[in-house]
Amino acid sequence: MKKSLVVSLLLAGTLGAVATAHAVDSRTRFMAANCGYCHGTDGKSRGAIPSIAGLDKAYFVQQMKDFRSGARSGAASTVMHQHATGYTDEEFEKLGEWFSKIK
Amino acid sequence: MAFDRRDFLKASAGAAALGTLAGCAAQAPTVGKARPKVVVVGAGFGGATCARYMKMWDPNIEVTLIEANDMFVSCPFSNTVLAGMNKMEDITFSYDNLKKAVDNFVVDYVTGIDTAKRSVATRGGKTFAYDHLVLGGGIELLFDQVQGYDAEAQKVIKHAWKAGADQTGVLRAQLEAMPDGGVFAMSVPKAPYRCPPGPYERACMVATYLKKAKPRSKIIILDGNEDIASKKGLFLAAWKKHYGYGTDKSLIDYRPNNMPRSVDPKKMMVGTEFDDVKADVINVVPPMRAAKICGLAGVRRGLDGKEGPWCAIDYRSFESLHVKNVYVLGDSTLTNFPKSGSVANNTGKMCAAAIVEMVNGREPDQAPVVTNTCYSATSEGTAMHVATVFRYDPAGKSMVAQKGGGVSAEESELEFAYMESWAQNVWADTLGL
Repeated sequence: MKKSLVVSLLLAGTLGAVATAHAVDSRTRFMAANCGYCHGTDGKSRGAIPSIAGLDKAYFVQQMKDFRSGARSGAASTVMHQHATGYTDEEFEKLGEWFSKIK
Repeated sequence: MAFDRRDFLKASAGAAALGTLAGCAAQAPTVGKARPKVVVVGAGFGGATCARYMKMWDPNIEVTLIEANDMFVSCPFSNTVLAGMNKMEDITFSYDNLKKAVDNFVVDYVTGIDTAKRSVATRGGKTFAYDHLVLGGGIELLFDQVQGYDAEAQKVIKHAWKAGADQTGVLRAQLEAMPDGGVFAMSVPKAPYRCPPGPYERACMVATYLKKAKPRSKIIILDGNEDIASKKGLFLAAWKKHYGYGTDKSLIDYRPNNMPRSVDPKKMMVGTEFDDVKADVINVVPPMRAAKICGLAGVRRGLDGKEGPWCAIDYRSFESLHVKNVYVLGDSTLTNFPKSGSVANNTGKMCAAAIVEMVNGREPDQAPVVTNTCYSATSEGTAMHVATVFRYDPAGKSMVAQKGGGVSAEESELEFAYMESWAQNVWADTLGL
C-alpha cells in the first residue's frame, strides 16, 4: 500500500499536474499541446526553437499580437507571424495563461 | 521507478481519487466504473502521440498500443540520411519510454478487426477488446499499380517512403556505390500522397551528396503531377542556387507529367507514358492509400461512404464518418491537411482530447483550431517551411485554412537550425523521449 501511495502521488504530481492546478479547460489544453511539435511537450523546447513554458502572460500575449501585426518580423519571426494570424485575441489570452502556469 | 501492472492499475485508481479530492470533479464520472478500453494500432507520429497524450490527460483510460515494428524510424529527416548528413541511428528510436507510458505495449501485426464485436486480432494469436479503436497505420503502398514492381524488383528498387534500414539504408548504400556520371531516377507520386514536399527535398538531399562526391552524375525526377506539388518557388530557387538547375551543368532534370508505369530491375529501366529512363539507381514511390488496417476496419471510405483510397473522418474527434468508435489519424485520413508528421502528431492529440472528453461524459471541442508546420532541407545548411492554421467550420464540417499562412520568404541557415530543433521536439513529443 505504501508503495502504491507513493506511486499515486508521483503520478498525480506528474501526469495530473496541470489537471489539478485548475478546472481543466480542455479546449485550451489541446491548443497548447498543439504547439508541442515545434516548441516541445509543455512548451519546453530542445535546440534552437525557443521554449514558451513559464513565459509571463502579458509578454506572451504581446508577442503574439506583434507577430500578427508585423511589429515582430524578419529574422525575429520566421514562422510565428503565419500562425499568429490564425488565432483570436481571446485564444492568445488563454494560451498565455496556460503557458505562464507551466514551470 | 519500476512497478508492475497491478501496481500501476492501483496507482491509476489512486491518482484519479486524489484528483477528485483535489477538486478535479471532471475526472469523477469514470471512477468506480470499468475503465474505458482504448486500443491504438500503430506507434508512428499519430498513434504514439495519441496513446501518450491520452494517458497524460486521463490515466484512468486503459490504453493498449499495438505496433508491428520494435523500433521507431522517422520518415521526417530520412532524406538527410540519403545526403550522408545523418546515419540511420540518428533517425531510429526505441519505444522504451512509450512502453512505460501506456498500459500494454504489444509488438505484433494486426490481422483482423471486428467492429461489430469490437475486437482486434493479431498474427501472434492475441485478441484485444476495445471501447474505442484508434488507427494510426500510415499508408499502404500499391506496388501492383506499377508493372514489374514485384517482390523480386523490390529487392533492387527501393521506395524509401517508409523509412527503415531495408529502405532508406539500402538506398543510401546504392547511392554510395553509384559511379560518378551515374543516373539516379526518382519519382513523385500523384497528389495526395505522404509528405508533399518530401520528393523535392529528396532531390535536394541527393544532389547535395552528388555535388560533393559525384559531380558528373544526374538526378531525373519523374513527377506524376503536372507541376512541382509543394513549395514550388522555394524548391526552384534552391535547385538553381545550389545545383545548377536551368544550366547545362544542372544536377537535376525535372520531368512533370511522368508517372512511372513500369519498372524493370534487370535492365534498370523505368517506364512512363512518355519516356523509358535507364538509371543506375532507381527510386520509385508507388501510388498509395490509407493503411491496410483501415481496410480491415471498413473505414477506407470517402465522404459519400463509398470505398476510396483515404478515410473520411469527423474533424472534432477523428472518428470515422462511417464506423462508430473507430478513429483514424494522420496520413490515412481524407482531409485538407497536408500528410505531414506535424499533422499526424496533432491529429493524435485531437483524437486523444476528444476521447478523454467523451469517456468522461463531456462533449469534445466543437470548434478545434490546429496548425501544421513543415520544414524541408534544401542543402547541407539551409531549410525553409510552410505553415498553416486550420479552424473548424461547423457549417461545412470542414477545416478551413486561415489567411496569413504560407511559406518562408527564402531558405535560410536559421530555418535549418529550427528544422533540427523541430525534429528533436516532435520525436520527443511523440515518443516521450
